[in-house]
Amino acid sequence: MKINRRDFLKKGTAAIGSSLLLGSLVANPTKVFAAPKLADRPEGFAMLSDSTRCVGCRRCEAACNKVNNLPAPKIPFEDPSILEEKRRTEAQVYTVVNRYENPKWRKPVYRKIQCMHCAEPACVSACLVAALQKTPEGAVIWDENLCIGCRYCMTACPFRIPTFEYFDAGSPAIQKCTMCYHRISEGIIPGCAEACPVEAITFGKTSELIKLARDRIREEPDKYIDHIYGEHEVGGTDWLYVSGVPFEELDLPMDVGTTPYPEFTKEFLTAVPLVLVVWPALLGGFYAWTRRREQIAEAEAMNRDKEDTER
Amino acid sequence: MTEYAKQTDTTQSWAREKLFLGLTMTDYMKRLITPFNIIAGIIVIFGLVLIGIRFSQGLGAVTAASQDQPWGLFLGWGLFSGVPLSATGFVLSTAVYLFGLKAYRPVVRNALLLGFLGYLFAVIFLLIDLGRPWRLPYPMFLSFGTASVLFLVAWHVALYLSCQFLEFFPSIGEWGGWKTLRRWMLAITIGLTIFGIILSTLHQSALGAMFLLSPGKLHPLWYSPYIPALFFISAIAAGLCVVIFVSFLTKHLLKDQADSDYLASLDNITLGLGTAASFVLITYFALKVVALAHGNHWDLLNTPFGYWFLVEVIIFVLLPCFLLVYGGRKGKVGLVQFTALFTIIGIIINRLNVSLIALNWNLPQRELFNWKEFVIVIAIIAIQVLVYRWIVQRMPVLREHPEHKVEY
Repeated sequence: MKINRRDFLKKGTAAIGSSLLLGSLVANPTKVFAAPKLADRPEGFAMLSDSTRCVGCRRCEAACNKVNNLPAPKIPFEDPSILEEKRRTEAQVYTVVNRYENPKWRKPVYRKIQCMHCAEPACVSACLVAALQKTPEGAVIWDENLCIGCRYCMTACPFRIPTFEYFDAGSPAIQKCTMCYHRISEGIIPGCAEACPVEAITFGKTSELIKLARDRIREEPDKYIDHIYGEHEVGGTDWLYVSGVPFEELDLPMDVGTTPYPEFTKEFLTAVPLVLVVWPALLGGFYAWTRRREQIAEAEAMNRDKEDTER
Repeated sequence: MTEYAKQTDTTQSWAREKLFLGLTMTDYMKRLITPFNIIAGIIVIFGLVLIGIRFSQGLGAVTAASQDQPWGLFLGWGLFSGVPLSATGFVLSTAVYLFGLKAYRPVVRNALLLGFLGYLFAVIFLLIDLGRPWRLPYPMFLSFGTASVLFLVAWHVALYLSCQFLEFFPSIGEWGGWKTLRRWMLAITIGLTIFGIILSTLHQSALGAMFLLSPGKLHPLWYSPYIPALFFISAIAAGLCVVIFVSFLTKHLLKDQADSDYLASLDNITLGLGTAASFVLITYFALKVVALAHGNHWDLLNTPFGYWFLVEVIIFVLLPCFLLVYGGRKGKVGLVQFTALFTIIGIIINRLNVSLIALNWNLPQRELFNWKEFVIVIAIIAIQVLVYRWIVQRMPVLREHPEHKVEY
């Protein structure tokens, strides 16, 4: 393949043109996904857990089980013996309440675990088929019709919330708290908030709940730790916690930072169009250089042969 | 068959010639009964039974996967280790077609075949591990989660698998006698090679980038914004070393399928690839040090995971690098081959660390994998080896087809 100037211009333009097209086609969707900034996010709902009020009655667990039509547990909700061990969410258990001994006070403290409904969820950015979505109402929900069961959302979630039905061979699902999306989209408050007898769980608009939490802390500064967990953690979550004991004693992860998790892979993804545009030129250049070297070597060999025969 | 019958036999079918090595069914079946085949067959049957259980009773029945640790050996070996080990195709085709290093041409086809099979079986592992494997095409056609690094991996593996198949097709075309198709494929070799490098750069690094989403779960000594570059560079080293090692195996186990050009060239090719791998490994080591400095968790080196990190980096990266330099300079082919295997093990260790061992390192109790996962992995590897051998025994991979002497 001899390369003359015309060929080079033609092939070079074709290569650059197609790689620019390819690069921009790829760059667009990745840009479009970028979640709206926190400040301009349309306001949705959130929930507030106040662990100074929680008495560990587990009526929230029972309500969650009922409104989501989950199977009855082996140990009934009224049996407090289950609180002796720390539990995590399971495929048929969207929320659990754990008990923590507290030597400072005379009574133990409790913390309810469930999906944090992050403002910019790691699971939503991880899902390669967009089966997990952050709804305008604030709930993070999962679509049965799209999930392929890759379980990357489980690896991504810093709170270890999504669970998988490992013993369902036919259509194993990812299960987690949905902030009772099927209820809140009809104007009914989530089951756990409705069932709580001591108003340890509150449902409302995000900004209202943050204000409520700040009011509680301000009005009783000796009772509360001066921090709303979820206000800034991982860029903000729509499930907030206030507590009378340090949050790490409630097994809330303190090392998650304030950067929304999707930011961690954005840098890599922006490099993709770069490779798509630059590599063809770079590699095409190597190839052209190699061919040129070969042509020169062939020409020199032919010249040497000609000289030999002329002698 | 009598001599007369053989001469007048018009039933020599395409199938017998191409599939059964020109033997009659009985002769072919007899040939199949070897100790290796029997052992491989037993392992494969065991594995297929367990795979059957996976599909009838769910993933939980054959894996140690939990709600905290959803991925085990199927992805740790099949995807995260299998893919860098299958970088043979893009590395060798770049060397031969883009950099014009004709001395390595004898091993290009083998490298392409190994790459193609590696990605094909990565997809097979995926089909076993996915919760709903029949939905594998979803991210390709139905719904696009474009913010996900895994979306990129899915697309690239699919495209690259096709690319590797087309690059290997000339061998298939020569075997089957499909001359026109073969010529078309050869014509687009350069384009396919460049496309393959682009795809490889992105997905080899993407497999590492996936774990950028788990800063709290991946041990700080392994978690780094440099993971994508580290994965890509080590994939190149893996590709080089797999070609060295498999070439060594073909010389001893598949000698009758190779021609003299191939066999005679192997020593020099081994030394050349070994030297190249040493350059890649020292670069990789340097980048590991940079990543360590960037993370600034030097104190963690003095913990059990820290010692394991040092083993991975010093014994399985730096040491092989020196051995390869020494072996290359002194022309010690055997040392280069041994070190290549050692490097391969090191890269597998690194991938298992990132995807399985150092992931969720701070959870109190966890089971990384169970024996059933292990058996399934071994069974799939056995199938992979058998498929590789089937192809090499029939198609011009280690030799040139008599009608198609090299012209590209």
